[in-house]
Amino acid sequence: MDLRTAYLGLELKNPLVPSASPLSRSLDMAKRLEDAGAAALVMYSLFEEELMHDRDFMDSYLQNQAIGHAEATTFLPSLGDMPSKNERYLEQLQRLKGVLEIPVVASLNGVTPSGWVTHGKALQDAGADALELNVYYIACDIEHSGAEVEQRYIDTLAELRQHVTIPIAMKLSPQFSSVANMVKRLEQAGANGVSLFNRFYQPDIDIDSLRVTSQLHLSTSAESLLAMRWIAILFGRVNLSLAVTGGIHTADDAIKLLLAGADVVHLCSALLMHGPKQISKILDGLQQWLDDSPYESVEQLKGVLSQLHSGNPAVFARTNYVQMLDSYTLDSSSWR
Amino acid sequence: MQRMVTLDGNEAAATIAHLTNEVIAIYPITPASPMGEHADEWSAQGRKNLWGTVPTIVEMQSEGGAAGAIHGALQSGALTTSFTASQGLLLMLPNMYKIAGELTPMVLHVAARSLAAQALSIFCDHADVMAARATGFSLLCAGSVQEVADMALIAQAATLEGRIPILHFFDGFRTSHEISKVLLPERKVVRSMISDQLVQAHRLRALNPEHPVVRGTSQNPDVYFQARESVNPYYQQMPVVVQAAMNRFAELTGRHYHLFDYVGAADAERLIIMMGSGADAAHETVEHLIARGEKVGLVKVRLFRPFDATALLAALPATARRIAVLDRTKEPGADGEPLYKDVVTAIVQSYSSSQSRFDVLPRIIGGRYGLSSKEFTPGMVKAVFDELDAEQFKNSFTIGIHDDVTHTSLEWDAHFRVDAAQGVNCALFYGLGSDGTVSANKNTIKIIGEDTDLYAQGYFVYDSKKAGAVTVSHLRFGPTPIRSSYLIGDDEAQFVGCHQTIFLERYDILDKAAPGAVFLLNTAAAPERAWETLPHRMQQQVIDKQVRFFVIDAYQVAQNAGMGRRINTIMQTCHFAISGLLPREQAIEAIKRAAEKTYGKKGPKIVDLNFRAIDAALANLHEVKTPQQATSAFERPPVVAANAPQFVQNVTARMMAGSGDALPVSLLPADGTWPTATTRWEKRNIALEIPVWDEQLCIHCGKCPFVCPHGTIRSKVFNPETAGPIPPTFRHVAVKGKEFPAGAHIVYQVAPEDCTGCGLCVDICPVKDKANPGRRALNMSPQPPLREQERQNWDFFLTLPEFDRREVHTSVMKNAMLLQPLFEFSSACAGCGETPYLRLASQLFGDRMVVANATGCSSIYGGNLPTTPWAQDAQGRGPAWNNSLFEDNAEFGLGMRIAVDKQQEYAHELLKSLAPQIGEELVQELINTDQSDEAGLHQQREHVAALHERLRQIDRPEAQQLAALADVLVRRSVWIVGGDGWAYDIGFGGLDHVLASGRNVNILVLDTEVYSNTGGQTSKATPRGAVAKFSAGGKPTAKKDLAMIAMAYNNVYVAHVAYGAKDVQTLKAFMEAESYPGVSLIIAYSPCTAWGTDMLHNHEMQDRAVRSGHWPLFRFDPRRAAEHENPLQLDSKEPSIAYREFVSQETRFNMLWRSHPEAAERFLAQAQRHARSSFHHYRQLADLSYAEPSENKPEKAKE
Repeated sequence: MDLRTAYLGLELKNPLVPSASPLSRSLDMAKRLEDAGAAALVMYSLFEEELMHDRDFMDSYLQNQAIGHAEATTFLPSLGDMPSKNERYLEQLQRLKGVLEIPVVASLNGVTPSGWVTHGKALQDAGADALELNVYYIACDIEHSGAEVEQRYIDTLAELRQHVTIPIAMKLSPQFSSVANMVKRLEQAGANGVSLFNRFYQPDIDIDSLRVTSQLHLSTSAESLLAMRWIAILFGRVNLSLAVTGGIHTADDAIKLLLAGADVVHLCSALLMHGPKQISKILDGLQQWLDDSPYESVEQLKGVLSQLHSGNPAVFARTNYVQMLDSYTLDSSSWR
Repeated sequence: MQRMVTLDGNEAAATIAHLTNEVIAIYPITPASPMGEHADEWSAQGRKNLWGTVPTIVEMQSEGGAAGAIHGALQSGALTTSFTASQGLLLMLPNMYKIAGELTPMVLHVAARSLAAQALSIFCDHADVMAARATGFSLLCAGSVQEVADMALIAQAATLEGRIPILHFFDGFRTSHEISKVLLPERKVVRSMISDQLVQAHRLRALNPEHPVVRGTSQNPDVYFQARESVNPYYQQMPVVVQAAMNRFAELTGRHYHLFDYVGAADAERLIIMMGSGADAAHETVEHLIARGEKVGLVKVRLFRPFDATALLAALPATARRIAVLDRTKEPGADGEPLYKDVVTAIVQSYSSSQSRFDVLPRIIGGRYGLSSKEFTPGMVKAVFDELDAEQFKNSFTIGIHDDVTHTSLEWDAHFRVDAAQGVNCALFYGLGSDGTVSANKNTIKIIGEDTDLYAQGYFVYDSKKAGAVTVSHLRFGPTPIRSSYLIGDDEAQFVGCHQTIFLERYDILDKAAPGAVFLLNTAAAPERAWETLPHRMQQQVIDKQVRFFVIDAYQVAQNAGMGRRINTIMQTCHFAISGLLPREQAIEAIKRAAEKTYGKKGPKIVDLNFRAIDAALANLHEVKTPQQATSAFERPPVVAANAPQFVQNVTARMMAGSGDALPVSLLPADGTWPTATTRWEKRNIALEIPVWDEQLCIHCGKCPFVCPHGTIRSKVFNPETAGPIPPTFRHVAVKGKEFPAGAHIVYQVAPEDCTGCGLCVDICPVKDKANPGRRALNMSPQPPLREQERQNWDFFLTLPEFDRREVHTSVMKNAMLLQPLFEFSSACAGCGETPYLRLASQLFGDRMVVANATGCSSIYGGNLPTTPWAQDAQGRGPAWNNSLFEDNAEFGLGMRIAVDKQQEYAHELLKSLAPQIGEELVQELINTDQSDEAGLHQQREHVAALHERLRQIDRPEAQQLAALADVLVRRSVWIVGGDGWAYDIGFGGLDHVLASGRNVNILVLDTEVYSNTGGQTSKATPRGAVAKFSAGGKPTAKKDLAMIAMAYNNVYVAHVAYGAKDVQTLKAFMEAESYPGVSLIIAYSPCTAWGTDMLHNHEMQDRAVRSGHWPLFRFDPRRAAEHENPLQLDSKEPSIAYREFVSQETRFNMLWRSHPEAAERFLAQAQRHARSSFHHYRQLADLSYAEPSENKPEKAKE
């Protein structure tokens, strides 16, 4: 069976790609992911905030080191030629490129189309096969319209596009009025792919301590369904690569998304929970399913159940909304 | 083979030491700490030594420990070194005898510093080195930064060959901290100097079970003496070995040293013999005098031990008739100081032999100079030569002070200048420790040193304050190497920069300006108004000296350029632009290049900001047109108020004004006893903003005085009817609470001129204006417009009577804060995390408190002259305080307790024996009054007063004895105070002994988790993963649990407190600890500037430490066990935030993610686990049942 797929113009041996996560901070772990069958690797993100924070830290550190007394002309050790966050990221990228055969996608995470995206050039020079641009933007400003939010994405992408020639994937959140239109506009602005969807980590409230807390919850399979709909809608209507991220835990999850039209599926929570071996497990599952199916390759499989091809376009739209609601009955035990 | 670099003496020594050793045992002590810090940083960065391996650095618990570790490492064949000074060297002495006795090669680098006698001093003299002269170590002296680099290497080479260990020393601060442009021997030179064969020989002598030997035997009368003499050949040979190394060094570098170097006329008749940095001042003076035909000369002593008399004599011209030997030390009671006596012996011995160098025995006198970095100038050198010319001359003279008691001192001409001063450009900068002036000047020296052919020298003088420390930078630039080992004098500075306007009213800034000098003032005043801001005398100086006057509003420029309050680059730019040191264009280019070099890697944005600031500085620099006449109507205000006590007027005020050098001996206490409560006379006005109280919003919680590190915000409850005329702007409001008399008002008043503006009172204020949540019951407001009004209010506040201590409910914060702080206006850093604990103790117990204070921050802000913060109440009572040493503080305090107990016991015996005369009733009262509360204490004081009254009428010797002891009948509160460096490390042995003593002492550990005072070195209190000096790669081990150790004794009261996290718990702990009739230990979490975090976040940092489980709050009260209750009470909850959240907010931790990210993650995971398990463990202990086992109802009865 042929598991090959194309993503961002790269030929991948299969559609399983670990997404940005701390796993790529360790060379050993990255190698294990590759050995387990990962077709490419998205590196952990280089955050705009980190770069800003790095600068602010340096600034205040240097200022702090400039104050003192007779006995203490400084208070902290001098750090010598301490590499910046950016330099460390580049070093790690180079190291990953050194040990891995599979393509490495560098990931930039930020929200302003300002100078920080120029780091994309350095990532390209350091050997990144592609870039993922993750615009994790919460529109908290009540004066900020949806159109402005969308423009921010376009501008940030355009800025990055100016600096690099390698493929760019845009990682998006689901919070657009018109996801499909947004994807189309991004394609026009130079994106080579989109990755759906970013998960916004939600704040929580601890009612005992009366504090706002935040905790990382790993995804569940159910979450991939949201992306599946939009992949299905987009398939065949845009020319850029389609990736799904968030909620892919099993071979079944992956197969569904491929059927909807995804070129690759990203894995994160599943790997954090079960380790690299989960990739081989999903691959085995995919292989087995394909063996039992009428399809001979992943390419054949892609988009078979997309809106364009499913034969029932309404299933991805509003039509069965009412039926769905009606079909839901409360667990009678809850009335007790 | 050599490269020009600009560095200081410490870095020069450390460079050679790190390159030529493999084990380095260190311990912090000023001014030697930077040597250890450099070594640690270099090893953390992987810098390799001569043999391609990274030296191992180990920090020990004391210098005594370091010396032991060195001894062990040497005995195991490692090339080993250390760095120390002063008391540290004293602690090493026992091992030094061993190391020398075993003929073990090593070099110990010492930044020579005064010893603590009548007072501690961090500054330079040779008292420490002289105390080591009997150890058997060789003593080799370097007199300048260049010589430090050279002698360090010569010492390393010579010790390997001669097998005698060498103490290589140079003057603390003057040389250790002077930045100078020098030729640093490159690796190749070092390689050529160090013989691998000798290194192998050293290794072969190591203890090795493959061919075992025994050392350290115990010898008896039969052989010890002979064995002691067996080393003589080595000592006889050592001078030859050292000279050979000097000769080899000369071949490699062209700099030729001798055991004694002579400078001067070949036919000199008058000579000075001395060693250290002062010899450079003498060198300049000799050259100057020779040029004028005087027959003078100078011998610089390099190798002081073994003392090679032959080499000395060979260095002396045979024409010498009169010789002055200068010692930078004092040996009280001796008939001369060490160098003097050695020289006398050498010359007299030679003269009495058949081959004397002299026809006539020269007359030799000895003198002392330069103690505690006292200035030693060419004028003083000249005075010594003049003295040698006099008919009658003084022996055992002093130079540099005015001794009007025993009249030892020589007079000197302060205006004498040498030729060497010609062609040297001197620049002087007045700045604050916090405004970056010093670092900018260091940068300037590097730029000039590296970008031009000019030689450069920088020396930085700090005052003794931590908050608002004044720094004076002395910079010299010249075409030839600079030997001027003294400060820039009057009329010498071609450039004077004043970076803060407040200095205009405190110092005579232009005294040092040379004719035609450039004066740069940072002022908010517009250029056309700036002239008016100068005092009359200063205006006159501008006119008389034809000074060019420039101004810039650097704070405004900084703000506009996005640099916040950082003015250093701006002021530096102005200096470059107008000093004429370099052509302006070239200067600006150089400064920009330097900014790029410094910040380039760290981010182009920072470089950009600096560039903008540089350009803006130039655009906003204005020359002020100076009138022909001084127009100012004001002079500098008096240093202290007119109502200050006599001593403060005569002595303290002069020290405050910077003219302490002129104080004669007679004005200074001979035994180191000084009056307390003097900070109140020093109005420093360092706050830019002060809190303003909104009495309408305030809920009287008392938190603001509780957190104030400087005791500058206070509360009083008073009767407005009887308070006298209340100033119109004085705020007060009816107090809430039934415990106060009807009609009473409360006031929260700030001392506007003492406040440091840290803002912590506003930070803690729990009240928010509902209409405007940004506004609180305290709000910061600019100080200058409020200064006058609030000064009057403060003065009025002081006139209000204190609330009766007997009526204060101390368990309630608001009420406790009515107690008068007897620790006030210390010089601690703004936002200090330690001082609130001391202030609290002083409020609760100050009027009957004696304090034993370990050396450290608390002994510096607590006892550094000119003014000290331990204060007195209206009755003249207050804490009595002393600092013994760093290592012995627990024992010191225990001694106080034992003495008080003993005296109390004796007083009781006397009372009983005098009962018939005194009256049985009063005697019983005096012995039995319950003094557990303020009412009882008050009563006892009245009894003691009555006793004094009666004793006066009893004519018996016992009555006089008792009168002298009667004060101890009032319950004393003995406090043993120190930092974690003392408690966890150097003083732990003694602390442990005191914990076990069962005596009624209160131990307060101000735990900043580093050695704060010496600049933030690692202690055993430093948490895992924190970056501190000596742990540049992050501390790999967990913080020691001192509380758990103390609790193991079961009879020690232990509290773990963090006042910013839970204030009432802190208050309770202090009350309980003091009332506990045994040993009490309070371990107090004290955020510190050394953590690299703005102290405005002090309280949040404490809160996060508690909530993350890093700092659990608890109290362990053995009294509870007797009541069958668990003595341990946990006062904080299960960790509620991730340890990561705690560490991510503090630079000391998060810088490790930048330098060593993998280690940082590893340490974090370990620390997180540790915090949880440790809390769990405490929880388990606190949950144990202490209920009495029931005898009648065993297990079964439970249901």
